[in-house]
Amino acid sequence: MVANSNGSKTNGGPVTFLEAIKQAMFEEMERDPAVVVIGEDVGVYGGAFKTSEGLLERFGWERVIDTPISESAIIGAACGMSYLGLRPICEMQFIDFIACCFNQLTNFVAKGHYLWNAPAPIVVRGPSGGGVHGGPFHSANPEMYFVHTPGLKVIYPSTPYDAKGLLKAAVRDNNPVLFFEHKFLYRRIKEELPAEDYTVPIGKAAVRREGRHLTILSYAAMMHTSLEAAEALSKEGIEAEVIDLRTLLPLDEETILQSVKKTNKVLVVHEDTKTGGIAGEIAAILCEKAFGDLDGPLMRVTSLDTAVPYSPPLEEYFLPNAQKVFAAAKELARY
Amino acid sequence: MNRPTAAGKRMKNDLTRQQYLDLYYYMRLNRAVEDTMVKLFRQNKIVGGLYSSLGQEAISVGSAYALEKKDWLAPMIRNIGALLVKGVPPRDVFMQHMAKYDSPTKGKDGTSHFGDLDNLHIVSPISMLGDLIPVMAGVAIAGRYLGQKIVAMTWIGDGGSSTGVFHEGLNFAATQKAPFVLILENNLWAYSTPVRRQVPLENLADRAKAYGIPSYIVDGNDVVAMYKTAKEAVDRARAGEGPILIEAKSFRRMGHAQHDSAEYVPKEMRTYWEARDPILLYEKFLTSEKLLDAKGKKEIEDKIEALLQKERDFAENSPMPPGEFAAEGVYCTGDDCHKIQPKWERDKSEVMPPKSSVQAVWTVEGFGAGKGSGGGVAPIHFGDTPAAEKAENEERLAPKSAPKTIAKKKSAKAAAVAAGSRKARR
Repeated sequence: MVANSNGSKTNGGPVTFLEAIKQAMFEEMERDPAVVVIGEDVGVYGGAFKTSEGLLERFGWERVIDTPISESAIIGAACGMSYLGLRPICEMQFIDFIACCFNQLTNFVAKGHYLWNAPAPIVVRGPSGGGVHGGPFHSANPEMYFVHTPGLKVIYPSTPYDAKGLLKAAVRDNNPVLFFEHKFLYRRIKEELPAEDYTVPIGKAAVRREGRHLTILSYAAMMHTSLEAAEALSKEGIEAEVIDLRTLLPLDEETILQSVKKTNKVLVVHEDTKTGGIAGEIAAILCEKAFGDLDGPLMRVTSLDTAVPYSPPLEEYFLPNAQKVFAAAKELARY
Repeated sequence: MNRPTAAGKRMKNDLTRQQYLDLYYYMRLNRAVEDTMVKLFRQNKIVGGLYSSLGQEAISVGSAYALEKKDWLAPMIRNIGALLVKGVPPRDVFMQHMAKYDSPTKGKDGTSHFGDLDNLHIVSPISMLGDLIPVMAGVAIAGRYLGQKIVAMTWIGDGGSSTGVFHEGLNFAATQKAPFVLILENNLWAYSTPVRRQVPLENLADRAKAYGIPSYIVDGNDVVAMYKTAKEAVDRARAGEGPILIEAKSFRRMGHAQHDSAEYVPKEMRTYWEARDPILLYEKFLTSEKLLDAKGKKEIEDKIEALLQKERDFAENSPMPPGEFAAEGVYCTGDDCHKIQPKWERDKSEVMPPKSSVQAVWTVEGFGAGKGSGGGVAPIHFGDTPAAEKAENEERLAPKSAPKTIAKKKSAKAAAVAAGSRKARR
């Protein structure tokens, strides 16, 4: 779906988003014996989506820990491990289940450094997002619960290159990092990856497409939807700049503000539901810091304020798509 | 289940004189620190709530005294005594309550909510009960992974033992055979709710059965019994026997916190337990064993008084934090902030390939016979099963009432399945 912007030599053929994540974990575990993987069915089975396949055979029982169905125990134990200097990567089998360990994450893990100087270098990763008919409990985008939690970092990549580089950066970060993997992208996009070790900095957005008429801010699967819409807009003479936020906490305000200075119009596209989504936060930031740069209202294309419905026609109606983005962008361009 | 009671253990003379006196000193210090805080509270020098462990000092002191310096603990709100035993100076406890800038959290949190990762190995609690259990299981597992031979200990109340995370944490610790000791402090009251309205069990130690782990019941007002039981549990956990639960039976003499006069507590209950004050009981014991006389007692009292005067002065003279400090410290900014390095006490190559790599060696007849599995006998697991453990599983799983031949057949299969479901064994 996207061309690799990275010109360096590759690892031998394009790899999927999923393979990129697997490579990141594998390489980090090879690099540092403090890195361990913990979660449900991550060992013998290799993970529900096979993201940890082969890790157990290579790194053994002590480093690839199958747990009972106990999300709070997974996060709690990982936090305790991190106090002794380990760097656990926790898997939520589906990110929806992160709700089960909300307290451990928001009250214990996130507040430790602020309150008693205890960093917890853990990564919590898992498949998120809709479009695959997973139903209301296997399709969620719960990122904003955690963007509202000081002490956490929240990453939501859209390309294999970023997924690998950001996951490695997350493992090496001294703070708890939530890493959302949009499962729609797992096997649908491929990219050549560099052969050498690399990381992608946390907290930096990427300009995916340059344009001058308006800015589309997006992330994860919707980044690709936005690019698709931008192509169609281009045919009508509207050049949209598409920015991939990549990290939601901390948000790269600088890149956003620079783009707004140039285009003066902003459309935010996210798959998360509308109320309390990142678009609202971005609107507030722009009002505070770029009010004079705006030539039109901030517009947003998001999912509906409902649970993610199961039946395909319902889910299609629920989700944003390129047509909806195109229509909103056309309207915005009129200002 | 090994469940010695206090009566059987009490009078054994296998502590040194110094150990006996240490236990006394720390109980007295625990009470004196809390008495001082009641005074500070009444002088409005304590900013928030004040929680008392009056009458429960033997639990905190006796259990923490069983730990070695390298071991880890995580206190609950009524475990000031455990912190003192571990080496926390009383000034830190005072300043935490007074929200001072020199306190361990520099005023960001109060009470016993502070820790020390580097030196004393203390994990800070949070107010949500039970959360420390999986965290300390993780500490225990990481310690084992790094070859440190440590034990992790934490406490939970009768009330906190009903939380979901208590179950998740203890169950996970048990599946991992983590070197972890959990002291279940049954003080009969969860705020205003009596234990009978919380848990339909006579002995909360019975909760251990659900996790297949050993448990003890101990008189929580008998510091020697508490220490000996905790020491045995700590030794067993360190030896690789897995987590152990100790129910310490006691009574919460004060209300939930200072504001609570606890009028819901029956008078008879209070009278009964006040007569069983752990410090008075222990003084009687020490006197009768000729370990303490009036002079020795006076010396200890003077020492504590002098210490606490100094500590209290320091705390009172500490400034309040500057307001703008509230904006600092949400994130670790990197190596300049914290250099995170595990302390390896085993050869790292053991956990790196090729040494760490495992092969499929266990097979179970009929497992994986479905489509695409590669045949009727497929590997279901990796790693090795120590022979002793396999025998133990077979024995445990053999139904005693069943005919012998069937029992044997069943148990072999069941043992293999059980072994297959146990993932990390060592």
